[in-house]
Amino acid sequence: MEPNQVDGNETGAAPAATSGAELVTETLVEEVSIDGMCGVY
Amino acid sequence: MTSLQPVPRLVEQFEHGLDAPICLTWELTYACNLACVHCLSSSGKRDPRELTTQQCKDIIDELERMQVFYVNIGGGEPTVRPDFWELVDYATAHHVGVKFSTNGVRITPEVAKRLAASDYVDVQISLDGATAEVNDAVRGAGSFAMAIRALENLAEAGFKDAKISVVVTRHNVDQLDEFAALAARYGATLRITRLRPSGRGADVWDELHPTAEQQVQLYDWLVAKGDRVLTGDSFFHLSGLGEPGALAGLNLCGAGRVVCLIDPVGDVYACPFAIHDRFLAGNILSDSGFGSGFANVWKNAPLFRELREPQSAGACSSCGHYDSCRGGCMAAKFFTGLPLDGPDPECVEGYGAPALAQERVKPKSSVDHSRAKPVMLKLLTKPPARLCNESPV
Amino acid sequence: MAFDPDVRWRLHHQVAVRPEPFGALLYHFGTRKLSFLKNTTIVEVVNSIGDHPDARSACRAAGIDDAQQAPYLHALRVLAESKMLVTGEA
Repeated sequence: MEPNQVDGNETGAAPAATSGAELVTETLVEEVSIDGMCGVY
Repeated sequence: MTSLQPVPRLVEQFEHGLDAPICLTWELTYACNLACVHCLSSSGKRDPRELTTQQCKDIIDELERMQVFYVNIGGGEPTVRPDFWELVDYATAHHVGVKFSTNGVRITPEVAKRLAASDYVDVQISLDGATAEVNDAVRGAGSFAMAIRALENLAEAGFKDAKISVVVTRHNVDQLDEFAALAARYGATLRITRLRPSGRGADVWDELHPTAEQQVQLYDWLVAKGDRVLTGDSFFHLSGLGEPGALAGLNLCGAGRVVCLIDPVGDVYACPFAIHDRFLAGNILSDSGFGSGFANVWKNAPLFRELREPQSAGACSSCGHYDSCRGGCMAAKFFTGLPLDGPDPECVEGYGAPALAQERVKPKSSVDHSRAKPVMLKLLTKPPARLCNESPV
Repeated sequence: MAFDPDVRWRLHHQVAVRPEPFGALLYHFGTRKLSFLKNTTIVEVVNSIGDHPDARSACRAAGIDDAQQAPYLHALRVLAESKMLVTGEA
């Protein structure tokens, strides 16, 4: 099992690429590590 | 041309809180066989009001209904509860994933084998030094050996991916590479977290917390070598040291928004580093006006509603780093006696330092289960029987 | 990995979907990965995807025109890469 790591957080996520010239500035899915929230032991 | 429904910023959604936590910390007992100098929960003696097995199962039922995916079970030392395995099994049978934090006292080869056979239980071994000398100074004589033995037993039993959880201090920040090597040796994942001035940590924070230079060292290490290292998002207060987003995690205070603490007597706090009346949201057993049970406290407690309101930057509003550091850690500010709407005591710009140099009142929590004096490590077979160990004379 | 939108997909049996007002949280109990679906349309696609012969039909059924499918297919690809979505029969 791979360690839980964030694949991209809000400020660092790259825009989703589309085939057209227009970029989607927010992705529809974001992955967050279960260990990526402050306030847990 | 694409047209989408509005897509909210993830961080904004989380800051306003969710209908249920995403994960939470659940301290099962204040009893502990160790007496670490920096214990965030001031553990040692069992509280006589500790929740019963049935009360714990009722909480698990609620967590299942709320779809809380993951709980981090800690304490004190959770494995000293006689019903510990019963509760872990109950949780995993009810769609609540479990990670438990332990000093290793009960991780025998038999226990390790049982853990290796479960898919839904994660184990986190606490360690605060890569050598016995550094570790035991904080956690007590023999505690390093005990933790290593637990790691050996887990590896031997085929348990995959234990976590080694380290609180970074002035004295172990030079051992980060050694910690990584330890983790690799036992097939474990390294987790490093921030020392907060919480619990007994308040008494030793001034001497133990990393210096400003060491913070830079730590940050640089995370950026260079932290790819497979967990942090519990506990270093977002350092994000001003580099590019926004360089550190993994949501980079926001999750307290009362996506996480909280349930303590051994059923008190619900904003987070495990904030065990103080100021951050007490309610108690699962009693109705303080918004219903009893965990779900009611989570959804309706005035403290949590307040935390889910937009927070003002206060004194940090003119700082360009505020967007990424969010003014740092609420608990760190509170327990060092700094204002909550000002800089973190470890603010990377040094804005917290003048406040630390001044006269300040450090709030003391009324919740303290410490034993009267630090004990040399003994492997207790049962937890302390009495709450008070002062002489009756 | 190549994400094939023309085959049948389904949610992995160890994935829980928790609805939120703005979308949903997905948690994979096996991998401990957490994914946040950021609008209700993608949630509808994900919840219904096993009922359709392929990903594109699932998108169409959720009201997404073929010309608008790209970001949705991208999202599905991300979920497939995290093993939240898998191919084949249950």
